[in-house]
Amino acid sequence: MKMLLDVYRAQFKAVLEEQFQYRVLMAIGLLWLVLQPVIYLAVWSAVARAHGGSVGGYTLAQFAAYFLAIMLANHLTFTWALVYWEGRVRRGLLSPLLLLPIHPIHHDIAATLMYKLMTLVVILPAAAGLVVAFRPALHPTPWMVVAFLSALLLATALRFLVEWTLGLLAFWVTRMSAVRQLYAVALLFLSGQVAPLSLFPLPVQTATVLLPFRWMVAFPVDVLLGHETAGQTLIGLAAQGTWLVLTLALLAIAWRAGLRRYAAVGL
Amino acid sequence: MTYVRLLRLFARLSALNDLAYRTHFVVQVFESLLGLIAALGGLALVYARTATLGGWRPAELLAVLGVFFLVSGTINLVIQPSMQRLMEDVWLGTLDFILTTPEDAQFLVSVQEVQLWKLVDVALGLALLGVAMLRLGAHLGFGQAVAFIIGLLAGGAIVYSFLLVLATCSFWTVRAPNILAIFQSMYEAGRWPISIYPPWLRATLTFVVPIGFAVTVPAGALVGHQGWQGIVGAVALAGALLVASRWFWTMGLRHYVGASA
Repeated sequence: MKMLLDVYRAQFKAVLEEQFQYRVLMAIGLLWLVLQPVIYLAVWSAVARAHGGSVGGYTLAQFAAYFLAIMLANHLTFTWALVYWEGRVRRGLLSPLLLLPIHPIHHDIAATLMYKLMTLVVILPAAAGLVVAFRPALHPTPWMVVAFLSALLLATALRFLVEWTLGLLAFWVTRMSAVRQLYAVALLFLSGQVAPLSLFPLPVQTATVLLPFRWMVAFPVDVLLGHETAGQTLIGLAAQGTWLVLTLALLAIAWRAGLRRYAAVGL
Repeated sequence: MTYVRLLRLFARLSALNDLAYRTHFVVQVFESLLGLIAALGGLALVYARTATLGGWRPAELLAVLGVFFLVSGTINLVIQPSMQRLMEDVWLGTLDFILTTPEDAQFLVSVQEVQLWKLVDVALGLALLGVAMLRLGAHLGFGQAVAFIIGLLAGGAIVYSFLLVLATCSFWTVRAPNILAIFQSMYEAGRWPISIYPPWLRATLTFVVPIGFAVTVPAGALVGHQGWQGIVGAVALAGALLVASRWFWTMGLRHYVGASA
């Protein structure tokens, strides 16, 4: 345990220095993270204004609150896993990581946490600016905040594991861009980033309950906005836990199989 | 005439190159179709709840999407990869090879790299425009078509100048390679007519990153949402930016030290 903590401390320092090398790249990644919810907020605000100020039970201020929360949730759960796994396998960048006496996932967990911490410096002022620009309606009770934070924590863990496992596909697929794009489109729609899931047709809504995407971004946001009852919140947390266990098992299997394949490629 | 011949030569060269990687074509078709599905899905969601979005009817927004795909396809076909290559050349010093030829260097760096498979996006954009026009058929006049083509050309010139300026920055800083991604991520905002955005964002998309001129203005001209003022403004801006980017490019070139220096 002590060793693991030391490893993380060392990783944090290394990542901090590494990330400072790529400030421009970081800023550009953030640009998209902020711009996307603003685009869809503008679209839905235009729709709501055309219908007397509300659509599907959302007023202008509620749309603002929703997309603002989506921006924060998306930022906190976001990872680079799908991008860097392609390079790791294709260009053999994984090899030095395998030489370390510790699972490479620890490196990535540390890097992801540090990245989020650093980018909060940009995200928080952006969020504050959007609050001033769009005046969201947000009145959570203390209990909703507690439920939101637990859901958000589980969502972060789940999305990290899902994207890391999906990244392992690079062991078998050489053109990861197609996988990445497919995943990005599914995530965009099914995790509520284009519109609140309650605005989707019913069959799609049912599908989102069974798929993992909703539990990675939309669920904590809905909890914070008070769209989930206490019972629904508990069921949602259970769904997140179930997906977490499933993904972890899949990750373990895929990691072993992938490593065997990687060794074969390197020979 | 030399320019046309050179353009053909570059296109042929990269075609020979790309034809060796035919699975890339399949992947490109897959990715383009995915982009199309996402775009149409967004439209379906919005128009299930409303009849017009900021005054735009579904068929009119289909025209916006068509222009969106057409312009991004053309940019990714030749301008973006050429600019990426220019930045690498500046970094590595291999720009020498271009500067030592007798042809105009700006022309050569702008067309030196062609990604053939991006033609899929161009075709998709044209198809979307076709469908949109069929639906709008009755309202489409000759004047609108002319305004559309002028607007499209002006928009293309504006985006080209903008990307050239971004790429030229690499003469001063080698850290620039990702600078082109700024345009890519802002461009996504062009899927929707920029009139629906709040004023600060609309101003940014018009005067800082000129996506409004590249997509919304030509599409607006086609469906008749755009007066002649918009087209005249676009043409004036295109002329000014072409001159300004040319000037900036010559300035940058003076900063180039080359591989042997």
